[in-house]
Amino acid sequence: MSASAILAVDALVAGYEPGVPILRGVGIAVNAREIVVILGPNGAGKSTLVKAVAGLVPISAGSVRFADREIMGVPAHLIVQRGLAFVPQTENVFTAMTIEENLQLSGHVLAKAGRARQIEAMYALFPDLARQRRLAAGRLSGGQRQMLAIARALMIEPKLLMLDEPSAGLSPKLVASVFGKLGEIRESGVAILLVEQNARAALAVGDRAYVLAEGQNRHEGPAAALGNDPVVARLYLGGMAAAHGRSANP
Amino acid sequence: MPPRFGLCARFPAPIVITTGTITQQTSENRGRAIGEGMLEAVAVSKQFGGMTAVDQVSLAVARGEIAGLIGPNGAGKTTMFNLLAGSLRPSGGEIRLEGRAIATAPAHRRLGLGLGRTFQIPRPFPDMTVLENLLLAAPGQTGEHILPNLLTPARVAREERHNLEKARALLDFVELGRLAREPARTLSGGQRKLLELARVLMADPQIILLDEPAAGVNPTLLETIIARIQDINRRGVTLLIIEHNMDLIARLCSRVFVMASGRLLCEGTPEQVAGDPRVIDAYLGGAPA
Repeated sequence: MSASAILAVDALVAGYEPGVPILRGVGIAVNAREIVVILGPNGAGKSTLVKAVAGLVPISAGSVRFADREIMGVPAHLIVQRGLAFVPQTENVFTAMTIEENLQLSGHVLAKAGRARQIEAMYALFPDLARQRRLAAGRLSGGQRQMLAIARALMIEPKLLMLDEPSAGLSPKLVASVFGKLGEIRESGVAILLVEQNARAALAVGDRAYVLAEGQNRHEGPAAALGNDPVVARLYLGGMAAAHGRSANP
Repeated sequence: MPPRFGLCARFPAPIVITTGTITQQTSENRGRAIGEGMLEAVAVSKQFGGMTAVDQVSLAVARGEIAGLIGPNGAGKTTMFNLLAGSLRPSGGEIRLEGRAIATAPAHRRLGLGLGRTFQIPRPFPDMTVLENLLLAAPGQTGEHILPNLLTPARVAREERHNLEKARALLDFVELGRLAREPARTLSGGQRKLLELARVLMADPQIILLDEPAAGVNPTLLETIIARIQDINRRGVTLLIIEHNMDLIARLCSRVFVMASGRLLCEGTPEQVAGDPRVIDAYLGGAPA
């Protein structure tokens, strides 16, 4: 694991119920200013991985080091304060509150002046949000809502931003616009850990990727190389691909 | 000798259960031959506001087969499933069960016609026992009405006895017999899936739509679920399974329908489908627009 890794997860075992691990020894690393993609079929443990790192799923073994400190067992709200922000897949904005109120709430740990400055920085990054700052978040389109969720996470100026399937439910065009922002965010100095079903769209913005299946590391490599890697397709199609392989090479 | 009894008079090929196992069905009581179209969707569409979740999908599940319905997240599988089960009504197209148009029939009527479904996340009544949950699932109980209890108490009692025996046999079949008296809330996720399977069998369906039977189930219980699905099919019951677990699909299904972006992308054996580049593209997503 690289010495410059901002996040280093090692041999992680975690799950929702005791004795039923979803992650069974997962290891990943994210370096500063890197976009790392986590891929894998449904049930691979992708979301569980980022939730466990964020302190939202009980960990039974392994290690999670963030900015050179162990954060396993640290309460989720303190993990955020150390600079690790997490955007859940759903219910990631307060729908009854306006865009501005959502951002203020996320910046409550900042001093007032810093908060105002950070909100303006978010509006500069997401001009669509600036135009509708008094609109209730529940009335935003899917893509804009995802932008607001990302802006909320960036309010605390994190070192690492973790996103759980930001493309879910978005049209291909909106996926492109949300993913386009990730490049800009990385340029501002934030590392990104991106969990995605939409493998090819994610690989187009990522630097490196890990493929998980059944709670374990199964494959990894540079993002550019994985898009057409037959190993990735086989991992997605699981037992069906194995059946195909048997019939193709008896 | 454990008690034997047929589960349903209406069912053309009665599931005969002995405690713990289902006996082999004879060719005599198998009913009609495998291969006839049993459940058919013809150009079925469903719009939610301006969004088309299911777009002109046609598929036919043949009598006696185990078919699979797969596709990446957001493909429209669950909407299609709900259209077939009767939880949703199509915006267009036709759904037929044994040639009879059922697109507007509500779910409970479809159950009466022999079409049962399970839910991805079973919600048994938590404080009732496992057995009581199953007894609730017996359809058309005479004792549900006041007058029959007063006028024909013997008939009500006979029916209740029959349902009780049937529920016990089904619990043994799904290997939950020793938990019959436990409150349902104590069941694990996988055990709830097994109870869900027993629940739908209480209505003696001829075709069962299974919504992600493997989701959240540990590997040991998954083997039990797979074995029970095979047993049920061997009795002549047709099944359509939505599932993300490709191993389960490959092991159980003779034919797989693949949906993507609301449309039927292709159908074929698991081998054919896994080798189709369109399927791989659907799962890995398109490159950004």
